[in-house]
Formats: sequence, structure tokens, C-alpha cells
Amino acid sequence: MTRAHALPAYNFAYLDEQTKRMIRRVILKAIAIPGYQVPFASREMPMPYGWGTGGVQVTAAVLGPHDVLKVIDQGADDTTNAVSIRAFFAQVAGVATTTKTTQATIIQTRHRLPETPLQAGQTVVYQVPIPEPLRFLEPRETETRVMHGLEEYGLIHVKLYEDIAQHGHIATTYAYPVKVEGRYVMDPSPIPKFDNPKMHRSPALQLFGSGREKRIYALPPFTDVVSLDFEDHPFQVQTFKAHCALCDAGGVYLDEVVTDDHGGRMFVCSDTDYCETRRTEGHRGTGLPSDREDAGREDAR
Amino acid sequence: MSSQPILSVRNLERRYGAFIGCTDISFDVWPGEVVAIVGESGSGKTTLLNCISGRMERSAGTVCYRMRDGRFPDLGDLSEAERRFLARTDWGFVHQNPADGLRMRVSAGANVGERLMAVGERHYGNIRRTATDWLERVEIAAARIDDQPVAFSGGMRQRLQIARNLVTHPRLIFMDEPTGGLDVSVQARVLDLLRMLVADLGLAVVIVTHDLAVARLLSQRMIVMKSGRIVEQGLTDRVLDDPRHPYTQLLVASIPES
Repeated sequence: MTRAHALPAYNFAYLDEQTKRMIRRVILKAIAIPGYQVPFASREMPMPYGWGTGGVQVTAAVLGPHDVLKVIDQGADDTTNAVSIRAFFAQVAGVATTTKTTQATIIQTRHRLPETPLQAGQTVVYQVPIPEPLRFLEPRETETRVMHGLEEYGLIHVKLYEDIAQHGHIATTYAYPVKVEGRYVMDPSPIPKFDNPKMHRSPALQLFGSGREKRIYALPPFTDVVSLDFEDHPFQVQTFKAHCALCDAGGVYLDEVVTDDHGGRMFVCSDTDYCETRRTEGHRGTGLPSDREDAGREDAR
Repeated sequence: MSSQPILSVRNLERRYGAFIGCTDISFDVWPGEVVAIVGESGSGKTTLLNCISGRMERSAGTVCYRMRDGRFPDLGDLSEAERRFLARTDWGFVHQNPADGLRMRVSAGANVGERLMAVGERHYGNIRRTATDWLERVEIAAARIDDQPVAFSGGMRQRLQIARNLVTHPRLIFMDEPTGGLDVSVQARVLDLLRMLVADLGLAVVIVTHDLAVARLLSQRMIVMKSGRIVEQGLTDRVLDDPRHPYTQLLVASIPES
């Protein structure tokens, strides 16, 4: 907060008002045409491409002084990308930040959606590396634009066909293509396909920003988002045999964590906020040491 | 043969600035007929083929196509969506270089299945069955269905390209030197296959070639081009055995006698 006053050279939320106005107009257009990639004049940001320059610009454009910001990187609130973007906005906008999904009004994310269901009034901002779902099948952007315009989406099924031909099932696990409102095929950003169903008719507003590719697209609340598949190979999300080793949660997306160099490993929630919340509620996984050991470790520290 | 042409070209012209690509072109194609366009390099054959297949803007003239519902619109009056739909259902385009017509980095099965998926087929098993069936029809072993075309020989690639084009049962195929890059024995096999498929399926074909032997083997009618203009057209046997225009006479005379 105080740092913001010490840096008067920056406008609120870093970007100048004209730029924010431009981005907001683009966001409005993107919301009006769900799933359509709207080009915008992406700015240089004080971070490298690939670190969320698109997401940061969208967040800066929609951020108000009373917003509460949460930033997720691979589900975690304490990884480099999340910490630095959170600190960035705390500094240049002076907004309150949180790690609690339920308290946040704006959630900028990379690679995950929170396990806690999103609510009306919340805005999710995705960082998108490659917004074009047809990119690796048709490298010409002029051609993919025509294909989107004419709704020629046979090609996207070629990719799924290849998966089944090679692996016996649809092996795409992230950036799994979806069809929005029965019209545009959209890349949901590199979230695991586990999170695809959460986008379907979500009450939250979902915005996607790609800084290097200079595209913004959006899903207004309660938009139909259907994952593409074949009749005889229907869409399925990943399932996990284990429960979270820390909070015993099932039916959530788990990360495998190597614990020692003797092959020891455990599966824990990738959503750190969800995991912590469950532990404070008293859920305990099998990977947690017993209370006495835990206390002992606290003493040791 | 039906009494109505499937494709009708009238006074077609294509200019590249002041330079003429092709001009004053008029001809018809009837269902089930193979028309060869022959001529030397630079005579405007490929320009003409690209213009009538909607791949290139024309400068003047009309190209009308008989739709399945009997309408006979000028291709220029169709929306781009309709034109592209025609191009991937009712038409086929066989390129000289198979790499231009195939997706080299996806499997043979997906190459054949792509058009099916483009017209809404969403059942993997059906797509695969159809693809296998077509690979066999063009004499590619079904076991190679999951191999990429980069692993195929030139002749196999060309046959795969043909299968990929025929899978939606088109009515009109455009071919641009389909045997151009192949050695003689492979060429013979591809030509044999083409002749069989064309007869079986009753396709109308417009084939561009500089090889009079190919034209003789495949086509019923022939159009001879020089410097962007048609100099002679007629039944293939008539044109080749009794050429009237001096240029055609030169062309026919230039075939080495075997």
C-alpha cells in the first residue's frame, strides 16, 4: 500500500487509462461473441512473454481499487509466478490480495481452476500461451481465421482421431479443445481437461488473455462449454486412485510429489488453498505425520 | 452420359497485370467424362485449372457448376462458405506434389478421414472402417493406416491423395499433373488405378498434363492450349491421330516413337 504512494510515476494498475480503455473495449467485444478471439494491441509488460503478460493486462484493465486479487500458478498460490504477479498488483494498484478462492473477486490463473466452485460476481483471468486451437494442425493464421468464420472444424477432430489411432484413447490431457455455445472452437488454455467441465455454465465471468499472440477471448457467465469427442470415444476427465496425502480429498486434481531419493512419493492437491482449507477444517490425509510428531517438528523449528 | 454439362466455362480470362494467364476459354464437362488439358509449360493450363476450381480469382468470364440439387450457379455467385463446402464434398483436387494435398504429419487414416470429419462424421469406428476400405481400394496395405505420409513412397503418397479426395464420393475431380513426379512404372500403376476408379465411380475429371500419353490413356476429350488460349479441342483420339492446328501437329510429332 505505502509502496504505491512511493511510486507516483505509475498509473493505477500500471497501464495508462487509454490502454485500459482499449483492452476493456476488446473484452466487451469478446464477451459479446463467446469464444471468438479478439485481437488487441498488447503492450510490453515488465515481465517476459510466457509469464502471463496477457493475463496481467486483462487483470489490470478490469481491476478496481476495491477488488481482492488471487493469483494461481499450477494450482498453487506460493509459486514464483503467482507470488510475483500478486506483489506486482499490490505495488502498482494497492489492491488487497488473498489466497482464499472464496474471498477473491478477481482470480488470475495459469494451468488450473480452483477446486472450490466459482461464484457469480467473480472474474477468472486465464493466462494463455497459444489461443489458436487449430495452430498445430493449420499453421496459417489467415486460414484458421476463415475456418473459424465458416465454422469448419473438421480438422480439430483429426487431432483427436490421431490420439485414438496412436494411443487407443484420446490422449490430450491439457488444452483440450472445447466448443462454446455450439459455435466457436476454443482453446481453454493449458488447464488439465479435468477442469474443462468446471467451465461449463460457470456463474463466474471467464476472460482469456494472450500477450504475445495479442488475443483476448471470453466466456460470459452461464455459457455452454462442451469438450469435443467422438460418439464411440466420449470425453472423460482424469481420475485418481489415491486421495490427497495431506487433506484426504478425493475427486480433486492431484500432483505427484517426490519426497526422497528412494522412490518415495505422495499425491497431494494441486490446489493449495483448497488443501489448506480442508486441513483447517480437520481433514487429515495418510501422508501427514501424527499430531505428536507434528508438534515435535514445530519445536525443532 | 447425361444431357446436361456438370461444368460450363465461358469466355474465361485470367490476367496477371498486363500479362495474360489464359483468355477466351470456353468448354463444357459432362458427368462421367474425362477432359484433358494439354500444352507446354507456361501455356496457362494450371492457371485455368485453378480458376475453374475456385482456387484463384478470375478476371472475366463465367464458370457454372451443376449442384446436386440441379441448380447451375456461377461459382462467383456462391458464398465462400458454399464454395469451400463444395470443394471438400462434391469436388476433389489432386496436386502434382502430394505434399500439397496431404497432411504429411498426420496418419494416413486421418488424412483419408479428414473430409468425413469435416462433413460431420463423429464416430471413430466408422471413420476408421471407411479409411481402411479406401486404403485397400487404392492398394495401400491396411496395416499402414497409422503411418504418416512422410514414411510413404511417392507413388503411395499419390494414391493416398487420391483416396483422400474420393472418400466423400465427389462428382468432379481436378487433377494437376497427377503423375508428374513419379517414375514410369509407378506412373503406370497410378494411371491404371485412376482409370479404374473413374470408370467405377462415374467421375467427371478435368486433368491437366503435359504428357500426351497420359491424356491418351485417361481422357475422352482433349483441350490443347498455347500461350493462354485454346488452339484445338475435340475427342482425344481425333486430336492425337489427326491434329489440325500446327501447334498440335508439332506437339504430337514431338512424341518419340517407341
